Amino acid sequence: MKILVAVKQVAALDEDFAIRDDGRDVDPDFLIRDLNEWDDFSLEEAVKIKEGHPEPVEVVVVSVGSDEVDESLRKCLAKGADRAIRVWDAAIEGSDTIAIARILAAVAKREAPQMLFAGVQSSDQSFASTGIATAAFLSWPHAAVVTSLTYSPGAESAVFRRELEGGILHEVEIQCPAVLTIQLGINTPRYASLRSIKQAAAKPIEVLSLADVSLGAADVGEAGSLSRVRRMYVPDKGRAQLIQGDAAQQAARLAEIIREFKGAAA
Amino acid sequence: MSGVLVIAEQRRGELRPVSLELVGAAQGLRRAGEEVTVAVLGKTPEGFVKALSVAGVDEIVTVKVPAPEFDPDTFESAVGALIAERTPDVVLVAHSVDSFGYAAALTARLGLGFATDVFKVERVEGELVATRGVYGQKVNVEVDFPRRGTVLLAIRGNVFKAPEQAASPRVTPFDAPQVASRSAGREFIELSAGDDVDMTTAEFILTIGRGIGEEAKVPQFRELADAIGATLGCSRPIADAGWLPKSRQVGQSGKTASACKLYIAMGVSGAIQHLAGMKHVSTIVAVNTDAEASIFGVAKYGIVGDVFEIADELRRLF
Repeated sequence: MKILVAVKQVAALDEDFAIRDDGRDVDPDFLIRDLNEWDDFSLEEAVKIKEGHPEPVEVVVVSVGSDEVDESLRKCLAKGADRAIRVWDAAIEGSDTIAIARILAAVAKREAPQMLFAGVQSSDQSFASTGIATAAFLSWPHAAVVTSLTYSPGAESAVFRRELEGGILHEVEIQCPAVLTIQLGINTPRYASLRSIKQAAAKPIEVLSLADVSLGAADVGEAGSLSRVRRMYVPDKGRAQLIQGDAAQQAARLAEIIREFKGAAA
Repeated sequence: MSGVLVIAEQRRGELRPVSLELVGAAQGLRRAGEEVTVAVLGKTPEGFVKALSVAGVDEIVTVKVPAPEFDPDTFESAVGALIAERTPDVVLVAHSVDSFGYAAALTARLGLGFATDVFKVERVEGELVATRGVYGQKVNVEVDFPRRGTVLLAIRGNVFKAPEQAASPRVTPFDAPQVASRSAGREFIELSAGDDVDMTTAEFILTIGRGIGEEAKVPQFRELADAIGATLGCSRPIADAGWLPKSRQVGQSGKTASACKLYIAMGVSGAIQHLAGMKHVSTIVAVNTDAEASIFGVAKYGIVGDVFEIADELRRLF
């Protein structure tokens, strides 16, 4: 039995940053990298299922990116993944969510897992699409924003709840294998112990080329994408009126706002 | 490729308000002589015709499907068939939990131009250009769709204005292809109160976020909320960590704080979903140590400072 977990190393902006010379992204020197927050939850879900299952279950993480992504893959290995796969080729540069999904689907075909998890979205691009597009390339059943899951590896179906707007859940039964995108809060992701971090350093990260997954340059990059970034810019933000002074003065003004509101409401 | 196709959203017999916002967004995209068509899917889609008969809609397409509620396979197949028949220039869907479940699969399969969480869309020299936020909404990108015919855009809620005037668009039924759906909805579950609070009726809410750092700090904010007469709420990470019940979570996926008029957010940086869920509040006061926190972009008043210090000082005044 196998669960494949698609993960992404996301980027956050440093306090000061500059936009790249071509004007289409941030200069990578100003980006702080980490494992996508959502992926921490989907990995934990897979590891939890593995630990609760009497038969052996392999948890494999897959990511698309250059060798700097290994840092996040090592983190996943330390948190309980058995094996990691990374796909990279210079032609992948400039891929959108759909082209990335095509690569992930190609890996899934090779790995043939019984279930594929992805995060609902990434914290940097926030497209909320990669997992579901991956399902399309696999022709697998799929569901988004899963906030609780009952699944036994190898079962023909799973039952989950998806989290709708406004505090409503929708319970659904789905045929497997399936792609589920996992929402924050589905579980409590573990911290990696020092021992597991050490062990993770010895686990393999398999690096695949496009040819290894039977794709070509035309399937990825701008050619394989459904959108293209024309321009990036810093927006003029609507700004709050800042309350100045020391903490006592700021609190005093806040108290005034509260009393004004209560006066008006009374 | 011609015209704008809007996919309305309904749930449990009610049209979701974002459906009419999509009609609003469509107006700026129709070229001379083009039409705006709104499709609504359901077991009895005719029931939504009246609510969708607003200014700016030329045609309503009623798509009868066997699934009473959203189902990814049903939507993908029906919307795909509709796109094949109508060959619209632009398809607009809501950036919502339902569209998360099928839009990417549909565009991947059909090779449509595609962008999500779009809050601005225009034509630049005839080409469609969509704007969305990235890197925690700190920067925007303009996205275009080279070599693509039809473009599908998932539009952010609470951005475009819904038309208010009624109109009488023509109504056309559409036969959706039969599809053997691979998932089946069982039931809806309302988030139970968990405690005695009702965020939907609270007019004054004090919310705590990740910035409070640890669970041990929660009681002091509960006490502060009581002292100032506010209902204590929280952002998603606090509820996910179990520090407060889920029923106290506000924002898009939490309880709708629809009655809220004064909202004090302490240590909430403002994830887009949180901001979208609180945008309607007339007075938002944000207290955060990070002067760059996104919440200062929607707040009326901002305090850059230590949340605990401000909380202590505020407590002394009540």
